[in-house]
Amino acid sequence: MTTTQTPPVDNGVNVGALLDARVALSGNPELARFTWKATTEWINGTHSLGTVEGFRGLGGEHKHRSTFTFEADHPEVFAAEDLGATPVEIVLAGLGACLTAGVASVAQNRGIQLRSVKATIEGDHDILGILGADPDVRNGFNQVRVTFEIDADASRADIEALVAQSQKRSAVFDALTNPTQVVVTVA
Amino acid sequence: MLPASRIPVVVIGAGHAGLAASWFLTREGVEHVVFERGEVANSWLTERWESMRLLTPNWQTRLPGMAYDGDDRDGYATAVEVAGFVKRYAESFGAPVITGSPVESVTAAGDGYEVVTPRHRWQARVVVIATGACNQPKLPDLRAPLQQISTIHYRAPEQVEAEGVLVVGASASGVQIAEELASAGRRVTLAVGNHVRMPRTYRGRDVQWWMERSGLLDDRYDEVDDIVRARRVPSPQLIGTPERRSIGLNELASIGVRIVGRLVGLDERRAVFSGSLANMCQLADLKQNRMLDTFDAWARDAGVDGEVDDPHRPEPTRVDPNPPLGLDLEKEGIGAVVWATGYRSDHSWLHLPVFDRKGELIHDGGIVTGAPGVYRLGLTFLRRRKSSFICGIEDDAADITAHLLSYLQAVARKGA
Ligand SMILES: Cc1cc2nc3c(=O)[nH]c(=O)nc-3n(C[C@H](O)[C@H](O)[C@H](O)COP(=O)(O)OP(=O)(O)OC[C@H]3O[C@@H](n4cnc5c(N)ncnc54)[C@H](O)[C@@H]3O)c2cc1C
Repeated sequence: MTTTQTPPVDNGVNVGALLDARVALSGNPELARFTWKATTEWINGTHSLGTVEGFRGLGGEHKHRSTFTFEADHPEVFAAEDLGATPVEIVLAGLGACLTAGVASVAQNRGIQLRSVKATIEGDHDILGILGADPDVRNGFNQVRVTFEIDADASRADIEALVAQSQKRSAVFDALTNPTQVVVTVA
Repeated sequence: MLPASRIPVVVIGAGHAGLAASWFLTREGVEHVVFERGEVANSWLTERWESMRLLTPNWQTRLPGMAYDGDDRDGYATAVEVAGFVKRYAESFGAPVITGSPVESVTAAGDGYEVVTPRHRWQARVVVIATGACNQPKLPDLRAPLQQISTIHYRAPEQVEAEGVLVVGASASGVQIAEELASAGRRVTLAVGNHVRMPRTYRGRDVQWWMERSGLLDDRYDEVDDIVRARRVPSPQLIGTPERRSIGLNELASIGVRIVGRLVGLDERRAVFSGSLANMCQLADLKQNRMLDTFDAWARDAGVDGEVDDPHRPEPTRVDPNPPLGLDLEKEGIGAVVWATGYRSDHSWLHLPVFDRKGELIHDGGIVTGAPGVYRLGLTFLRRRKSSFICGIEDDAADITAHLLSYLQAVARKGA
C-alpha cells in the first residue's frame, strides 16, 4: 500500500508482519485470543513489586525476552515511602506507551518518517473518592489528557490523523474509556 | 408435495436491485420470475419513517432504462415518491413480479437450486438475491425495560412515549431522527460512536455531485485498500431538505441535542457512554477534510474550478471536553431508546454453505463463489462504492447479469 520513496521510511516497526498477522489471524480467530498476565507482590506498606514474565496467545505460552519488574508505591504526601511509581501513574504510562506504539505503527504504514514523539499524559484525580470522604466523587480519574509533541515529515493534519488513528486502535485507550468486567477472587 | 416448476432464473426481492436485474434479463430474453414477499418497493413503503427523504438528489435517481424526469432535479424524493418511481419502473417493462410471496428457503437441488415460497416450489439454475441490505436492525447486545424503537419501526415523534429519549447512533438515520425528535420538543441525547461527517453542499454543489463527478462512487471493491472496512463505513450525516442544509453534531447541539459518547452500557437505571467522543469527532473532522481535499484536487485537475465556488472548510466539531459518561435514566426522564445502529441483511432462508464465521455471505463482488449460479445484488460496496445506492445498481446489475448469462450458457453446453 505504501509506495516508499528514497530514503525508505523506517520507524523501526515491521508493518508487513503486522499486516500479515491481521490476515492470518482473521482466518484463525482462536489464535488471536491472548491472555496477558502480571503478578504483584506486596513488599511493605504501599510498596509492591509487579512482574511480567509470560503471556498466552497464538495458541501457546510465550515468555518475554527477560522478566520485567515495576516498583509501585505512593508518594510521601500520602505518608508513604515513595519507593516506586503510584499505580495511577503506571496506568498513565501504559496509556502513553500504547498510543505512542500506535503512532509509530500508523506512521510506518502511512509512509511518514518520525523524528521524535513525546506524549505527556496527565490524569486529574479527586482523591476524596479513594479516601472515602465524599461518596459523590469517583475513585478513578475525572479526566485524562494526552498531549503529543511530534516531529515528523508530515503536515499538521497528517500528524493529527496519526494521533487520532492511534486512539482508534489502542487497547489501553479502550480499556480506560469503556467499561470492562473485572473479576477479583481469592485463590 | 407439489412438483417443482422449472425456470432458468429466480430473482428474490422487488426493490430497485431485483428489478434492475429483471430489466437486464428481460432485455436478454431470459425467462425468470421475481418473488417479492410484500409488494413492489416494499421497503420504501413499510420500513421508512414518514419525514424521510433521500440523501441523493433527484437527478441521481436513475435505473437501467429509466431516470427521474420531473422538474425538481435538485430536490430529494420522499419514501412514497421513491416507491412510486420503483413501481413505475416495474411496470415500464412488465417485470414478472409475483408479489405476496416470501421466499422461505433456497436449497441446493438437482442441477441448481430449489426456491420455496408458501405457494410455489421452483427449480432454478440461477438465483439472484436482491432482498436488500437494510431489512433488519443491527442491535447491540444491550437491553433495558424502556420503549425501544429501531429505525425500521420508527415513524414519527408521536410514537415516542417519553419526554426524554436516547438516540443511539449518529449516521444518517440517527441524526435525522434526533433532529426531528428535538424539534418536536423532546429532550434528546445522542450517543455518538464512529460516524461520517459530510456537508450537504460544497463549493456551491451538492456533495453527491462531487462524489459522483470525482469518481469516488465508482471506486471498485477489488481496488480499494481495505474492503472489509469500506463495507462497514456508516452512512453519512446528511439530510435531504429543500433548503439543502447540513446536519451534523454542531447543528444538533445548537438545537439542544445533548451529544455523548458511544453507548457502552444500559440497564433499567443507567446508560453508560464511552469516553472516546473527542476522538470520534476528531476522526470524522479529519476524514471529512481529507475528502474535501480530494474534491479540490479533482476540481483542479479536471479544470472545473471555474464552475464552482471557492474552497472552504466546515467548522470543526465542537465537543464538550467533559460529556457525561453516564446518565440516570429516571432522573433524566429518559423513557425511550431509538436504535439507529445500522442494518443487517436477513439470509436466514438461504440454506447453502456460503457464510463466514460471523454469518456474513461470502461473495466476490456479488458472485457467491461457494454456490455456482447464486448471485447477490444491493449490498454495501458489493462491487463499487455506489453499489447500495439507486444510481449504483445499473453497473452492478449489468456485471452480474453478464456473469450469469455466461454461466447459463456454460451449463447448457455441458448439458447438451
Ligand atoms: C433509511 C434509508 C435511506 C436510504 N436513502 C438512500 C438514498 O437517499 N439514495 C440511495 O440511492 N439509496 C438510499 N438507501 C439505500 C438503498 O437505496 C435502499 O436500501 C434500497 O431499498 C435498496 O434497494 P434493494 O432493492 O437492494 O433492497 P430493498 O428495497 O430492501 O428491496 C428488497 C425487497 O426484497 C423483499 N424481500 C426481502 N426478503 C424477501 C424474501 N425472503 N422473499 C421475497 N422477498 C423478499 C423485500 O420485501 C423488498 O421489497 C437508503 C436506505 C435506507 C435504509
